[in-house]
Amino acid sequence: MNQQDFERRNEAYWQATETLIDSLAKPERAANIDTADFPQRYRQVCQHLAIARERQYASYLIERLNQLMLRGHQHLYGARAGFLSPILHFIGSAFPALIRREWRLFWLAALLFYGPALLMGWAAYERPEMTYTLMSSAQAFQVEQMYRPDAPHIGRERGADNDFYMFGVYIWNNIRIGFQTFAGGIVFGIGSIFFLLFNGLYIGVVAGHLTEVGYGRTFWPFVAGHGAFELTAIVLSGMAGLKLGFALLAPGRRTRVEALRAAAKISVKIIYGVIGMLLIAAFIEAFWSASTLVSPTVKYSVAGVLWSVVVLYFLSVGRVHAD
Amino acid sequence: MLDTYREIETPEGVELHLRAAGPVARALAFSADFALRLLMFLLLSMVLAFAGKFGGGVFLMMFFLLEWFYPVLFEVYWNGETPGKRLFDLRVLNDNGTPVTWGASLVRNLLRAVDFLPSFYAFGLVSMLINRDFKRLGDLAAGTVVVYQERAVRAAALPDVPAAAPPMGLNLEEQRALITFAERAQRLTEVRAEELSDLLVPVTGVQGRAGMRHLYQMANWLVGKR
Repeated sequence: MNQQDFERRNEAYWQATETLIDSLAKPERAANIDTADFPQRYRQVCQHLAIARERQYASYLIERLNQLMLRGHQHLYGARAGFLSPILHFIGSAFPALIRREWRLFWLAALLFYGPALLMGWAAYERPEMTYTLMSSAQAFQVEQMYRPDAPHIGRERGADNDFYMFGVYIWNNIRIGFQTFAGGIVFGIGSIFFLLFNGLYIGVVAGHLTEVGYGRTFWPFVAGHGAFELTAIVLSGMAGLKLGFALLAPGRRTRVEALRAAAKISVKIIYGVIGMLLIAAFIEAFWSASTLVSPTVKYSVAGVLWSVVVLYFLSVGRVHAD
Repeated sequence: MLDTYREIETPEGVELHLRAAGPVARALAFSADFALRLLMFLLLSMVLAFAGKFGGGVFLMMFFLLEWFYPVLFEVYWNGETPGKRLFDLRVLNDNGTPVTWGASLVRNLLRAVDFLPSFYAFGLVSMLINRDFKRLGDLAAGTVVVYQERAVRAAALPDVPAAAPPMGLNLEEQRALITFAERAQRLTEVRAEELSDLLVPVTGVQGRAGMRHLYQMANWLVGKR
């Protein structure tokens, strides 16, 4: 059979298949059409393409069949999951189980973050001059202004107080920090380590300095609550980045690219969780931590509850399904 | 085959051909997206400026979404394309040719932060240039590839001349070369087309225009015209 006969004989079939795929692409119409013969049509087109290639028909025909097959392939093999149930499954078991499975990385990231934070905090508290190794005196003054006990608002500078505005700031700023900490991991983990250390040192020096100058009673009630989610999320994003870094450093029996791809599949799940936790943290920070009507005692109690929730969540949720 | 062709083996045992897109097309698509985002920022800030502090909060959230999730949402819900990619006929696919998934799209777009370093996508560019499929770091980690989106191809009409049988048996490759030549010759300058057809003087026996016409006739015969 020569090419023109081949085309003439199958033209109607291809057109019908094209129309079918067109309507599959529109979900609202896909419900009403009969897709029972779609797999068969797809395989038929595959066969036609193979024939056309084997007989070296003109390139426009091969190109057209290739395209038709590509579109069919996408519909037949493309993954389409539901929306809500994977999310619930993720929150309800997969996420904490994943963090437990990668516990070594978690503790490494936690050490890289909390280690410098504690060290720097202690240093700035014991020896006030240590503060200025990291911050200029102007910066230190600015931080002090935020938490002055006689200030009308605590936390970052607030003019016409608007919690919602700060909610936006926290989302925009904090999640970006989380994303950077993760992304930096692809440079053999160096970026993640840098951001963990840097943020740890900075948070440490702020806490140490404010406590030392006697602003602790405004600072600690403010940060204690949302810190449960925010600090943990930063550690987790560092952990996700380290995962990428280790895949490149020690790919095992795979090529580096393959190892990286496999690690990224896991890392991105951690990042889903990080986004969720930072959203929660931003919400608490904007609408609860900043409130001046609540006494420090209440804030500390709520913070205790929040920290326990986070710790218990990662320790125990999803254990039944984990193994 | 050109070396930007990428073959994907399907379960049907038939290979799927995709053409990986290079840095220039992708940079253009990125610029278009960037311009569009800038425009959206401006519009948003103008509208939300009237909503005071509350508007400021909404603006920052939208800013966050545009900064990080603009490409992700488009790629996942719009067939692997962002507006810029659509403009330049590009799209993102998973390595195996299936539509890009949430996880893969998120990874490739978060890692932009590193591809962008030290400035102007230098890391990404280097990575693209040393990789066969023009993958930047984000693509490597996510297992995605940016390909050209082939728009509908029409049968390139052969020049309308009466068919004539070739004077000798031609093997498949030679047949294909002839047909492709007849398809493409119309897009070349006449001088170049004649120059090319003159290579086949041993077959056609005539030079220049007449030889070219003879080749057209043979091509027509080969695709089944009688």
